[in-house]
Amino acid sequence: MTELTRVNTDREIATMEKTLVIRNLHVNVEDKEILKGLDLELEKGKTHAIMGPNGSGKSTLSYALAGHPSYEVTAGEVLFEGQDILEMGPDERAQAGIFLAFQYPMSIPGVSMANFLRSAVNSVRRARGEGDMRVPEFRKKLTERMAALKMDRSFMGRYLNEGFSGGEKKRAEILQMAMLEPKLAIMDETDSGLDIDALRVVSDGVNTLKGDDMTVLVITHYQRLLNYIKPDYVHVLMDGRIVTSGGPELALELESRGYDWVRAEFAVPA
Amino acid sequence: MALTEQQLTTSEDQYEYGFHDEEAPLFKSKRGLSAEVVTEISKMKNEPQWMLDFRLKALKYFEKRPMPQWGGGGMLNEIDFENIFYYIRPSDRPEQDWDDVPDYIKVTFDKLGIPEAEKKFLAGVGAQYESEVIYHNLQKDLEDKGVIFLDTDSALQQYPDLFREHFATIIPPNDNKFAALNSAVWSGGSFIYVPEGVHIDLPLQAYFRINAENAGQFERTLIIVDKGAYVHYVEGCTAPTYTTNSLHSAVVEIIVKEGGRCRYTTIQNWSKNVYNLVTKRAAAYKDATMEWVDGNLGSKLTMKYPAIYLMEPGAKGEILSVAFAGHGQHQDAGGKIVHVAPHTTSTITSKSISKEDGRSSYRGLLKVHPEAEYSKSNVRCDALLLHENSRTDTYPYIEIENDRVDIGHEATVSKVGEEQLFYLMSRGVSEADAYSMIVTGFIEPIAKELPMEYAVELNRLIQLEMEGSVG
Repeated sequence: MTELTRVNTDREIATMEKTLVIRNLHVNVEDKEILKGLDLELEKGKTHAIMGPNGSGKSTLSYALAGHPSYEVTAGEVLFEGQDILEMGPDERAQAGIFLAFQYPMSIPGVSMANFLRSAVNSVRRARGEGDMRVPEFRKKLTERMAALKMDRSFMGRYLNEGFSGGEKKRAEILQMAMLEPKLAIMDETDSGLDIDALRVVSDGVNTLKGDDMTVLVITHYQRLLNYIKPDYVHVLMDGRIVTSGGPELALELESRGYDWVRAEFAVPA
Repeated sequence: MALTEQQLTTSEDQYEYGFHDEEAPLFKSKRGLSAEVVTEISKMKNEPQWMLDFRLKALKYFEKRPMPQWGGGGMLNEIDFENIFYYIRPSDRPEQDWDDVPDYIKVTFDKLGIPEAEKKFLAGVGAQYESEVIYHNLQKDLEDKGVIFLDTDSALQQYPDLFREHFATIIPPNDNKFAALNSAVWSGGSFIYVPEGVHIDLPLQAYFRINAENAGQFERTLIIVDKGAYVHYVEGCTAPTYTTNSLHSAVVEIIVKEGGRCRYTTIQNWSKNVYNLVTKRAAAYKDATMEWVDGNLGSKLTMKYPAIYLMEPGAKGEILSVAFAGHGQHQDAGGKIVHVAPHTTSTITSKSISKEDGRSSYRGLLKVHPEAEYSKSNVRCDALLLHENSRTDTYPYIEIENDRVDIGHEATVSKVGEEQLFYLMSRGVSEADAYSMIVTGFIEPIAKELPMEYAVELNRLIQLEMEGSVG
């Protein structure tokens, strides 16, 4: 619990409302421990970035939070808005308001974007005891959100991620996020494979959505994305733990100095 | 994730159309098959002597032919031919006027939604209830164009020459054991004649349904599309659930003359105790097009391979086949294309899905005669396995007897991946919905060829199948 205490005192956020509280999270993948007692608190409405070198456990964290069945939680707890989510399936977590923008979204042949989005939106609404969204309302919202992401209308008839370019896939992820309006958006290496124009569009999309109601967790290897999605807090993940946290300046420091100094300073085994 | 009570219910209990009426038929033949029963059927129908002779000859073929041991394998040996009623007539004549249809039959059709469907979509309805067509309605303008759309028994009486000229010319009674059985005891089915140059814009539609326990249903359909004419015929099947096995053995013959086009669409959803053994074959002549769209969801065992003979240059054939094999089911489906003439083209697209211990097989024949030079064919079959114990087999028979052909063949087998399921579920979609979304997407290339209400029904049936399969 030492890191947690330090985060609280350093950033003086102890009294702020938390969207997500992770305590001592241990996660195995194929019987190998990847997360080794990770602690993290996400402040409501803020943008947190997790940076770390390859193999530090960044993607494992995002999959474990979203509830992937192959990521086995062996210890710890994850509280989302005060509720333990570890026993919940991925669909229930999404219904509760957690969204993961995938690094490598799957393609689903034969399922059109429009049909998929409507199913997803209505699944979430039903779980919350709301009725299905009426078709005209859905169309209107979809058209607006697509325009904001500079997506052509023809996307609606295309099959989900099938034959999409890297940039199209990322845009489609943000569109899903925009339609589902989650309380917590986890972005797993969203910048990978994006050229500068696509990066700007995707970032604008996220920036429009984030705010009082949406907390963002950006997981990235490089600082580049953080020029566009400005974090309030930066956390460094190494060897399965958050080893230090700070403000946006920490990201710049990592960019200029690399990760080795962190390793040395916080005695992380290489 | 805990199972809900609904998910724990077995799929058999959920069979949506598994209601049945108290029977009140006017006539029911004895159980079992004999020359006496066949003669009785023919006499009941006031058939001409040639048809009785045809039936009796077919009965001999049926008795002589051994039971096929391929396809369904040993399952066919379980059929007890002596314990089947070969003819039942619930009302004494076909009805044109809905008001005259007996109430208990109307109730059954209401549950199937037929009157509503008719209002919206149909140009004409022939609905076969047990062994006789009892409701038949053809829009006036089709009649004025000379289109004939009758139950097959009435067509034999009203158009004896046209009938005899074409009947059993595509599928002879000795073609196979079950075609022989159908030829001996056939009853009902649809007879369609589309005169030269006539385009029927809306699909013609008929529902078939087995309703009496142990009532075999042996409908016989004959469609003649004259030069330059067009028709889309849609056949849908649902049947109630019973504890003993039922047999459905139909014969469908189609003739498409020069420049004509015929599309024949079926979605069969027989209850899971029905043996569905059907022979379907079409002959396409010069520049004619024949298309089979064949969906198999129900039955215990289906053996069905719609066939197209491309008889003259320019003829085209297309077969789209979808099979869904759930728990305890075996779908042995596919298609046959025979290129008889040069410059003919064909495609076969098959999509099969196996759930739990369900088994689906693609069985296809592509044959190109020595004369059929410059022919083109493309065969594609994709299988999707939902569970570890699901099974699929592919039997693509290809016989090419000349070198000047362009043949493509591709087969894939895929499993529903954990990553795909996780991706969909991470958007709030339940596991059952994620499965049905993947399955629906898999068959989409074929579903989009169906009339709208059929595509909707197909997707709904698959959703029903997917509920209760997750746990």
